[in-house]
Amino acid sequence: MTARTTDTTTTGRAADERNWTVRLRTRLEHTVPPGQALPDRQPVYVASWIYVFGVLTLAAFLVILASGGILAIGGAQWWHTSGTGHFVNSLHLWSVELFFAFMVIHLWGKFWMAAWRGRRALTWITGAVAFLGSIGTAFTGYLTQSNFDSQWIAGQAKDGLNAVGIGAYFNVLNPGQMLLWHVALLPFVLGVLVVAHIVLVRRHGVVPPIDATEE
Amino acid sequence: MSTVTPAQQRIPRPRTGGSYSTPRDGTPDSHGFATRPYDLVKEFVIALVVVTLATVGLSLVFSSPDEKAISMRDWAIAAPNDVVATATGELAGTTTSATYGPPYNTASDGQKLGPLPLQKWGGVRIPVDSARDLVVTPLSTGASDPALRAALGIWNSTPAARQTAWATAYADALAKAPDGDPAKVPTGDYGPVPRMAGSFLTLARGGGLEGELTSSGNFYGGDQTRSLLLLSDGAFLEDQARARHLGGDQWGMMNETGNYPGQPWMWLYTFWYQIEPFSSSDNADALVWGLMMVLSAALVLLPFIPGLRSIPRWIPVHRLIWRDYYRRHPATPTPAAPAAGSAPPPGPA
Repeated sequence: MTARTTDTTTTGRAADERNWTVRLRTRLEHTVPPGQALPDRQPVYVASWIYVFGVLTLAAFLVILASGGILAIGGAQWWHTSGTGHFVNSLHLWSVELFFAFMVIHLWGKFWMAAWRGRRALTWITGAVAFLGSIGTAFTGYLTQSNFDSQWIAGQAKDGLNAVGIGAYFNVLNPGQMLLWHVALLPFVLGVLVVAHIVLVRRHGVVPPIDATEE
Repeated sequence: MSTVTPAQQRIPRPRTGGSYSTPRDGTPDSHGFATRPYDLVKEFVIALVVVTLATVGLSLVFSSPDEKAISMRDWAIAAPNDVVATATGELAGTTTSATYGPPYNTASDGQKLGPLPLQKWGGVRIPVDSARDLVVTPLSTGASDPALRAALGIWNSTPAARQTAWATAYADALAKAPDGDPAKVPTGDYGPVPRMAGSFLTLARGGGLEGELTSSGNFYGGDQTRSLLLLSDGAFLEDQARARHLGGDQWGMMNETGNYPGQPWMWLYTFWYQIEPFSSSDNADALVWGLMMVLSAALVLLPFIPGLRSIPRWIPVHRLIWRDYYRRHPATPTPAAPAAGSAPPPGPA
């Protein structure tokens, strides 16, 4: 009898259940129903323009990451001295404006759909936290522009953050600290939240209409 | 969107290790509905192209604002009397930064959120002695003028109470002088303060003040805390900001320079500063932050808050969103007759 055959025994299955790798693989395989990570079919009730704003938000997020990546290659001061850099900064600014416009419409749409129904509370929570995190990320971007806006916004914002004790650890007057938060910490957290949000959407599917029954 | 093609094909349910039960709120499993063809990747690619083109178009048409930062030299040339008054205020301990409290010093406890001294609890983690760090040390570093060195010698060997008396007297005299002009200040017992403040203006006008404030002895000076505190202590920065409609009472927190949208997503945070009791409270920042924390928590935890989570059922915007579905399923209960299971809280996602 081969070892592989032995693994099919009760003893083998018990060993598998104790194997961390097997357990993680099983968990990942069962996170999203088969074929639903990239489905080619959707429930018939998914028929409204409001659904477009989720994917538009995701698309804008990628444009933000791409334009921000180019700005990072040029360095913190590049966009002040280069026409090309200034144009890339414009791309970064307007993609952020579009991102928020799409996200707010998406958020309102999901609110009116009561999209947290049917075990989707965590989907709503990850989306709402991503929205708040996006505000923080954009805020740190304004602080790292190293221009008049940065000076004024930093001087004003410090009072709000200091008033609740946050400013002692998150110093908006230190552009070096804010730059690292803006290009590393917050985008990473936001990226994780976005991925988790999308996985949860794919896991549970699109929320059915209120009071609908299975067909 | 594709044409609806009723199909009996069902989407597989997520496997959770056990049987898939109906949620407590009665919402049926989305995987149990009929489906139609849908090209998710194609939709995403089209969205990416559209957003990219829109971004490029907006950038080409509107560009982006980049108003040069105010340098200490700009400040000294445009508003020399303000620089002298600010330096004197730092020496007297009367500026905003000198009286701020945590995280810069212990001059006050700072703002409170009700009974909670959150600002004090944050601690003095970014210590700044406004007189020493913003004026005396920059003046001392590389001071070659014998008169200035003598003035600094007198200042440093004098008790703090006397230092404060000199600086306060000179600050009062400046405030009474026409346009705050140091040349029009009458003679008085100001000690070395006029010499120090005048030299401070000379240092700023020569462009050497930034380096003294930001380097802090480090070749790679990247922390602007001291220079921004000093600039904010003066009136020039705020005057410039208010002229651009960036003041706190001008909805300034969501604006930026030029005719650009700024941060419209900050509208609610900015709104509170425009109304009572926040607009006149000494604890406005703490109160607004506290309120926004509560509202943010409510947004995040909305699925669990009775009443709020029922608003979409009471105001049936969803009838518009899913109008095709409701048209094809006229038997679906109306919001006036909620389905069973709608009241209990949602189960864990």
